[in-house]
Amino acid sequence: MERRGIRAGGLGGGRSREATTAGRAGRFPGGRWPAWLLLAGCLAAQPVPAAAQTGDDAFRALVGEFAGANFRQKEAIAERLIATGHGGVRDVLTALLEDRLFERGDDHQVFVVESNDERLTAYQLLDPATLARVEAAAPEQLERIITNNRLRRFLRTAIARFDASGPDPRVRLEAVRELLRRLDDANLDVLRGRAAVETDPDVAYEIETALSIEALDDADPQTRLDAVERLSGRLNPVVHNRLSALVATTDDGGYAEPEEAVRAAAVDALWQIDSRRNVYSVIETVAFGLSLGSVLVLVAIGLAITFGVMGVINMAHGELMMLGAYTTYVVQMWMPDHIGVSLLVAVPAAFAVAGSAGVLIERTVIRFLYGRPLETLLATFGVSLVLQQLVRSVFSANNRAVITPAWMSGTLRFNEAFSLTYNRVYIVLFALVVFALVLAVLRYTRLGLDIRAVSQNRAMARAMGVRTERVDAMTFGLGAGIAGVAGVALTQLTNVGPNLGQSYIVDSFMVVVFGGVGNLWGTLIGGMSLGIVNKLLEPFAGAVLGKILVLVALILFIQRHPRGLFPQTGRAAENT
Amino acid sequence: MKTPALRLPAAVADRVSVAFLGSLAAVAVAAPLLNLAVPESSPLHLSSYAVGLIGKYLCYATLALAVDFIWGYCGILSLGHAAFFSLGGYAMGMYLMRRIGARGVYGNPDLPDFMVFLNWTELPWFWYGFDRFWFALVMVALVPGALAFVFGWLAFRSRVTGVYLSIITQALTYALMLAFFRNDMGFGGNNGFTDFKDILGFDLQSDATRSALLAATAVALGASYWVCRAVLGSRTGRVLRAIRDAESRTRFLGYRVQDYKLWVFVLSAVLAGVAGALYVPQVGIINPSEFEPINSIEVVIWVAVGGRGTLWGAAAGAVLVNYAKTWFTGALPDVWLYALGAMFVGATLFLPRGLAGLLPVRSRDA
Amino acid sequence: MTADPRRGDPRPGDAGAAANRRDAWRGKREAAARRQPSVLTGDVLYLQQVTVSFDGFKALDDLTLHVDPGELLCVIGPNGAGKTTMMDVVTGKTRPDAGRVFFGNQINLLTMSEPEIAQAGIGRKFQKPTVFDFLTVFENLELALAGEKSFWRTFFARLTSRDRERIDEALETTGLASKRGSPAGTLAHGQKQWLEIGMLLMQEPKLLLVDEPVAGMTPQETERTGELLLSLAGRHSVVVVEHDMEFVRSIARRVAVLHEGRVLAEGGMDAVQSDPRVIEVYLGA
Repeated sequence: MERRGIRAGGLGGGRSREATTAGRAGRFPGGRWPAWLLLAGCLAAQPVPAAAQTGDDAFRALVGEFAGANFRQKEAIAERLIATGHGGVRDVLTALLEDRLFERGDDHQVFVVESNDERLTAYQLLDPATLARVEAAAPEQLERIITNNRLRRFLRTAIARFDASGPDPRVRLEAVRELLRRLDDANLDVLRGRAAVETDPDVAYEIETALSIEALDDADPQTRLDAVERLSGRLNPVVHNRLSALVATTDDGGYAEPEEAVRAAAVDALWQIDSRRNVYSVIETVAFGLSLGSVLVLVAIGLAITFGVMGVINMAHGELMMLGAYTTYVVQMWMPDHIGVSLLVAVPAAFAVAGSAGVLIERTVIRFLYGRPLETLLATFGVSLVLQQLVRSVFSANNRAVITPAWMSGTLRFNEAFSLTYNRVYIVLFALVVFALVLAVLRYTRLGLDIRAVSQNRAMARAMGVRTERVDAMTFGLGAGIAGVAGVALTQLTNVGPNLGQSYIVDSFMVVVFGGVGNLWGTLIGGMSLGIVNKLLEPFAGAVLGKILVLVALILFIQRHPRGLFPQTGRAAENT
Repeated sequence: MKTPALRLPAAVADRVSVAFLGSLAAVAVAAPLLNLAVPESSPLHLSSYAVGLIGKYLCYATLALAVDFIWGYCGILSLGHAAFFSLGGYAMGMYLMRRIGARGVYGNPDLPDFMVFLNWTELPWFWYGFDRFWFALVMVALVPGALAFVFGWLAFRSRVTGVYLSIITQALTYALMLAFFRNDMGFGGNNGFTDFKDILGFDLQSDATRSALLAATAVALGASYWVCRAVLGSRTGRVLRAIRDAESRTRFLGYRVQDYKLWVFVLSAVLAGVAGALYVPQVGIINPSEFEPINSIEVVIWVAVGGRGTLWGAAAGAVLVNYAKTWFTGALPDVWLYALGAMFVGATLFLPRGLAGLLPVRSRDA
Repeated sequence: MTADPRRGDPRPGDAGAAANRRDAWRGKREAAARRQPSVLTGDVLYLQQVTVSFDGFKALDDLTLHVDPGELLCVIGPNGAGKTTMMDVVTGKTRPDAGRVFFGNQINLLTMSEPEIAQAGIGRKFQKPTVFDFLTVFENLELALAGEKSFWRTFFARLTSRDRERIDEALETTGLASKRGSPAGTLAHGQKQWLEIGMLLMQEPKLLLVDEPVAGMTPQETERTGELLLSLAGRHSVVVVEHDMEFVRSIARRVAVLHEGRVLAEGGMDAVQSDPRVIEVYLGA
């Protein structure tokens, strides 16, 4: 029974490791490394012949041998490269790992390319020894130096050995974790060397983990017992696997670990690890739920304004988000050299584009339909069809890719069992900021005052001198603009295409209705709780069934509470 | 029993009914004749393609009638009627799948191809009985009716009205769509049902069968029209209009509004199911995309264009809009969505009573 | 309604006494009062310590009020005193936070839905006249007709000759005979008010709740309305909410003044009018 429990924990560990690898892949954007760092890397690298200062030309020649080599030969070449101790080794190996090492067709010279983004029409070639820009070449003229799994594993370890002594503790931590996966003698030597000089507590902790794992194979039972006890509760998946192996039975009926006390300690340590993992997996689910909820909140805020405050059912809401997403795409097209900034520029741009579209829709269609919600629903649905087709005509029906800026990619790592990708973190922050801004606009600005006045008593507001027509247009524009802003966020999560809006419209209405119409806080809480419930259900029911369950639950909920979580009360509410 | 429809006060309304049912009968007789009896060389010959198209339009007209019945007369705007339509269609599709028998690709006499493909060894329990036509017919009415009953019972009892109701009906069809996309539901997943061979032993590809299906659809549409008229002509019909115009006032008169809404909702769902059941053998395929929310919304626009609150207007709207769709998607495919969108906006802004409202006939009860 | 032997003639015959209006009204009032059954039958409507609050604002605050059988009670009070909310509570539209509401001695209204309350014999006329605009005057009255109101019954319902008589009678009473085939939406404001009262009559309620029946009416219409309401008292219990003081004075025997959700004063019109608290909050200045 106990073993089965451990296995289940092991599965969970496997999932988080995948996330880790995915995070790593995005971590090295192929930037250049300062020379002194590379020097430090060389000193740590194994082995370092004393008189290995080969010239750049010899290095280039060696790199050139990659062309036409098979995988075995490539590994040998890589080893020889490391043996040179040349400053460019790490970059070349990284480039090989990231598929950025190319052979030029006409002269069979091998180059590093700056970026191998498939959308580029020309690749910038770099000299492998100096990383100086050489020239550009069309992708057709180049042939990629390919790798296989075994070679990539070798490369990762080799690079990790360099990184283990880098200046950045985070890089060192990643490197140590990488080495920990293959505890051969060379790696252990590197780790032992680091253990003496490591100052960062996290890195030192991981090194201790590695050395303790090694100690599990020690002949002395007491050393093994100490190692198990040190490893108790450590979340690194390798620890879990090794400890599980200790208590597993062998083919001849005995145990892998002969000593009873060590086995008992291992079982205890595994239990510690599993319970910690369970805690983190709950935290992770909630965090995923919050990030999904933030998306829902973002798409629903605009709707909460048009539907909640104005009573207008805007079926074109999704298409306004789509406009925002396409605005992001266009902004990136305009500033291809500043992808990181483009996203920030896109936010106000999308607000302006979607907002003006909203004002236009209000002035031409919706204002004739106030007080007739069902007709508004139909008319705005018509508008949504027109917008979709418009986008198809302008941008074609194909999806457009919006590039994720560097600062959005990567993983925020709390420990081995719990990490979040940055885009999840940013989306939560972004949703909260947008929510706070909308709340502030409604509460503290003149426009907000007018909006509230008109929504509560139109005739009275007009009598007080509020230009209700203008306020209507502005309110709708505000809601539409926020939809556009939500569209910017969606570009980081999904494909930008003509159907972008449709997939969110049912969800966003659900959030507004669930939270209670006319109540922004309800929208926030409604969206977040729907997100979390969705993610909680997913492991049990699967994504699709989970979504169905949520929809059914919502239908039932609305029937019990027809006015949502936070209904408006009083006589005024009954007239709506 | 004297039918309520026959003792309507306004003679004009009856004339409308006669005209509607008469033209329906004319189509039901003329289309098969022109297709089967007139030689292909004659300019009067109606192609098999056109017969299929007309049959399809008549199914849509029945669906539009069902939607108008509750929206135009009781104020219930359902954005989920495609769900009932599709469920009826799936029920018929299950019968047609069982009819294929060993003629399928895998030649399994009991299991439809997709089940063999999924390595299923026996028929799921909910497929039992669908090898019999009468059973499928019962299910065509029962399944949408039962779903509408459960859904309506919950919704109307809790007084979910107006746009809230519209939105949860949309969620209903959305949820069903997601469910039917799943392979393990046992309804063919993505691909749904297709490759039907015959119905009651008649080859579905033959012109005679197609003509018969068209005629059957016309009869179903006429019968649906008659049933709706019967309800609307009775005092129940007046209560329904009272609910539409002043729901709470009706309640204070002592009417259990939720019961009225529930029964007309169920009736409407059954009509939609029948329309779906006739649709599937004529188009030869049913898959989960029929559940898409946009389909339900499109039905509403047929009704709005034709004339909300006039049964014949809704039916005419369905035929007109779909004819336009066929024409546009053939001639100017890029323009179709613009045209449809413009119809939505135009109908709500400029034609609050639809095209039927343009006619001089006073068609309050029709 | 079962006939009560102690009741007098439901229709006092001195309708033509308009020459001396005050005397005439007093006569009608007293006639209506004479028709009151003995207290042994108890209250028709009893509200006990009813509280309704909307977002902390107490629309009704510990309100206790009773209506005797056959009585015509006038409820007055400034805006926001809770008059309409009280009616909402009685008819089941609003559920109170606390308190009890009984119809007769047995029927607990708080457990019933609006249709059930209506079927039990409480009719309501709304402040804003709500008739079914797209139905004819005749059809409006037909729908209000007392009887089984389930879906299937109405589907097979036929108008009996007695039903027709009753509808014709109501058309006469409300002076809408010439409009019987017109859609109710085409009626003038006053006529809509009358149609609503006519619909109330068709329901044969034991208790009528009438919210501002004479708002927007001409003096002649007001007078006819008053007569009609007085003629109803006795056969039915009537609660009238009204702002028009002159009108209330002319029809009321007992008046309850509501203020901030409670009964401020209760009694005869003169006594209430001289109550200093009432003068302060409502009649004064």
